[in-house]
Formats: sequence, structure tokens, C-alpha cells
Amino acid sequence: MKLLILLLPCVVALWVPLYNFEPPALFGMPFFYWFQLLMIPVSALAIFIADRIGKA
Amino acid sequence: MFDRLNVVAASVFVFFFALVTVLGFIAARWKSADLNHITEWGLGGRRFGKWVTWFLLGGDLYTAYTVIAIPAVVYAVGAYGFFAIPYTITIYPFLYLTLPRLWAVSHKHGYLTAGDFVLGRYGDRWLELAVALTGIFATMPYIALQLVGLEKVIGALGISGEGWLQEHAPITIAFVVLALFTYKSGLRAPALIAFVKDAMIYIFIIAAIVIIPYQLGGFGKIFDAARVAFEAKVAAKTVPAAGVTLLPGQIGPYVTLAIGSAMALFMYPHALTGTLAASSGRAIRQNTMMLPAYSLVLGLIALLGVMAIAADIKVKNPQDAVPQLVLWAFPDWFAGFCLAAIALGALVPAAVMSIGAANTFTRNVWKPFIHPQMSSQEESFLAKLVSLIVKIGALMVIFFMPTQFALDLQLLGGVWMVQIFPAMILGLFTRWFSGPALLIGWAVGMVVGTALAWGEKAWVPVHALKWDIPLIGIIDSGLGFAAYNGLTSVLANLVVAFLLSLLIRPSAPDETSPADYEDRVVA
Repeated sequence: MKLLILLLPCVVALWVPLYNFEPPALFGMPFFYWFQLLMIPVSALAIFIADRIGKA
Repeated sequence: MFDRLNVVAASVFVFFFALVTVLGFIAARWKSADLNHITEWGLGGRRFGKWVTWFLLGGDLYTAYTVIAIPAVVYAVGAYGFFAIPYTITIYPFLYLTLPRLWAVSHKHGYLTAGDFVLGRYGDRWLELAVALTGIFATMPYIALQLVGLEKVIGALGISGEGWLQEHAPITIAFVVLALFTYKSGLRAPALIAFVKDAMIYIFIIAAIVIIPYQLGGFGKIFDAARVAFEAKVAAKTVPAAGVTLLPGQIGPYVTLAIGSAMALFMYPHALTGTLAASSGRAIRQNTMMLPAYSLVLGLIALLGVMAIAADIKVKNPQDAVPQLVLWAFPDWFAGFCLAAIALGALVPAAVMSIGAANTFTRNVWKPFIHPQMSSQEESFLAKLVSLIVKIGALMVIFFMPTQFALDLQLLGGVWMVQIFPAMILGLFTRWFSGPALLIGWAVGMVVGTALAWGEKAWVPVHALKWDIPLIGIIDSGLGFAAYNGLTSVLANLVVAFLLSLLIRPSAPDETSPADYEDRVVA
């Protein structure tokens, strides 16, 4: 479970067809850019959750 | 020499440079200890808590060269430069699983470098030497590129020279200062400077991401301008592929470059030095959650590339795009501040890289092969000396080599660096692989990686997975896309190491035990 949570953001970030297009734009920024930027805090959160699970 | 000098910007720049110089020397007294001991000089006594580690690693990994080069790629070809994002996202979950184990075993046995660990684990001198030399040779061009970043910034301030001496005088002065405080204070100097540098980079990027899009009429207009520029470039065939999103042929390289770079990063001596200087495995784990803040900054910095297009900044060398954009967008005093932030971004990694290379040379080349009876004082003295030599070497690279060559060498350095991944990372979890098998795997990976990079005109970072080998014929992987040489070659490395480990079973002693890799319970 812990491993899965750690792996998930990596797989999403490397799965280019998931985000390689322009609409929907956010404040004029194409999806390609804002989605990848958004994945950064999401990946940090995933590590945080995995860490909590590890401790329990 | 000073005809086009921007006086206000240059004054602000010089002020911050002077400030960190003072900090660099004061650092010797911070968390004071005997700097004649190599663990103190070269690893800060393993006493950096979670915040110091955060600033140090942030300053160490996200270098000036990165801050210049990533937006330069975005400026030149668009979406492809964003590979830095999946690259930095992939790193941290991986670090979370591996580096606390390396820290624990290094703390227990007093390891300072990758070579120390490999020797302890596999008991193989030659594998240790291979790991050490890979680190040193990959680091040298990387330090040289920090100088390129520094030179771009100084050039943007309007300091330029006609003669050879005048042209190189500013970076020579900067580097001499850097060399002196590193010699005196060791790893404490970049750790203390990193606080200032990182704070400045955050201020710079927050201002840039708010003010510049406002000046340019919003992100919608910025990306519209970029789209037009990329379409014109592709139509004129000045670049093979460019666009606001990835073209089909770019996807394979994009993904493999991200994975391969992520595998290589923490094999570098400077990354390991910054990590092993942490005070506990816990501090490293916490940093895997905190360091993505820098990735976000890097992502925003990458966007400066498209902003430079929209601001109609025309530069011959894309690496000038960010410094020119800063001068275009901000009043002189703040431009000086931003350029100083980038320049200090060169000093922190250059210092840590030279310390990492110096520790490696002392521990894994000189001590085992030349002078095994070295005392701790002698180790520290030699490491200080080597840190000076490494920096002079980097300066020479910039003086006498074309910049493009240094750039190619650094790309090739990443391909070499990833070849120690099997020995290091597999070694943290299992002793099933044997030293000689890993050594031969390393050699195969080095040869394959270098051969793939060999191009007619320049070294190329990616290669189609289809080869025309003399006497053998065409070998096609059937995957139909191009991949990063580092990833292709490390896979060859792994296969060879696996197959040979079936034949050659480990016979050398292993000085570590499974419990050494677990974190001690911290009360």
C-alpha cells in the first residue's frame, strides 16, 4: 500500500498522454503546464501520506 | 570593459556577493568543531537538521546552470524543456525509499562517499575505484557549467571585455573567493550561503511570476505568442521539433530523459554529500516532502522561457534569454538582485561539488591506492587541497574549451553517473549481486552509453532504439521511439550485472549487516 502510494505520482507524471494537450486552460495556461505543476505538491502529499502509513 | 555597465544593477549584485563572501568565512565557526577532521570539513560533522538540509540540498541540486538552461530549452523548443517536472517528481518518492538506508549504513560505518559504501558492501577495491572515478569525471564538467551560468549573469550586467584577460577576470575573481572560503570552512560555507541564496531565488521567482505575466497581458497572450513563434521555427526548419505541447516524436525522449536523469541525480558526489551531512534518516525523509517546493520554483522558472518569447526577447544563445528577460522586466536595482540570486546559485553547488569530488578522491583513490595509513588530519588536508585543484580544473575547462564541449561533457556525465546506480541502489537492499559482476556491468554501461552519444557533429543525448552495428547488422528494438542514452545503457548494465552474478557468486566479505540499514529508533 505504502509503495503504491509512492509509485502513483511518478506513474501519472510520466504518463504523457494523460496531459499532452492544451485545453482546458487555467488563467490562460495550457493544461500541459498547469497539470504538471499541480502534480508537484500532489507528489509531496503522497509521500506525506505514505510516511504516515509507515508509522502507524 | 565597463562601457555598457548597468551601475545600479551591478552595485546591488556586488553588495550581495560581498555579503555571502563574509558569510562563507564566518561559516567556519558555525556549529564549531575541529575542521582538520574530514567528517567535519567535508560533511559538516553530519549535524545538519531538517531545515539546514532543506536549504543546502535545495541550493545544491537546483543549480544556477539549471535556472539558466531549463528555461533556455523552453525558450528554444517549448514543452520539451518541461521534462524537468516529471524528472523532479520522480526523484523524491524514490529518495524516500532509498537514501535513509544509505544514511543509516554510512553513519554506522563512517562512510563519506559512494565509493566508501561500495567497498564496505562488496569488498571490491576496483568497483570502489570505478564508482569514485565516475563521480569525479562527471562532476568536473558540471562545476564548469556553473561557471557558464555565472558568466551569463555577469555578461548581462554589462561587464564585457575585449581582451582574453578582461573577458575572464570577473569569473576568475568570483571563483578565487569561492575557492578560499570552501578551503577554510568546508561544507559549512555553502550550507550557510544557501540560506541567503534560496531566500533570494524565492523572492525573485514570486515577483517574476506575478509581474511579468501582468506586463505581458496574461498567460493566454504569452502562450499565443509562443505558439506562433514555435510554428514559425518548425516551418523554417531552424529546429527539428518545437511546440506548446509535445510532438509525437518527443514523447519517448521526454519520458526516458526524466527517468534517466532522476536515476542519475543522487549518484553524483555533490547530491550524496548534501544528503549524508543530514543529522538523521528522519531529516532526509522530511526533506523528500519539503524539497518539492524547489521543484515548483524550477517549474515556474521554466515558464520564464515562454515569457521571454512573448516579451520579444531575441538572443542568439537561448541561455541569455532569462538574464535578458530580467533586465527587460524589472527596474535596475531589482534586476541586480535577481541576477545576484542566480549567480549565488552557482556558488553553492560549485562549492558542494568540489567538496564531494575532493572527499571522493581522498577516500577512494588516494587513500586505498597510494597511502593507506593516512591519518584523519592528512585526509582533511588532502581533501582541502583537492577541492582547490578541482576548481582550478573547472576554470581551465571554461578558459580553454568551447562552451558547447563543456555542455556535451556534462550531458555525457549524466550518462556515466547513472552507471553506478545498480551497485549503489541494489546494494542498499541486497547482497545477491557480486562485485566483479557489477564492475563488468558498469564497464558495459559506460561503453554503450558513450557509444550511443557519439554523433557525427555533436554528442546527442537521445538515440533511436534501432542500431546498425557493423558485422552484425541492424538491431531494432521494435519499440519505434528514441530513448535517453543513460536509460538504455544502464539497462544493458543491469542485464550484464544480473547474468554475471549468476555465474560469479560473491566471495569477498561484506562488512555491513542487515540491521545497519534500518533507522535507529529515535527517542
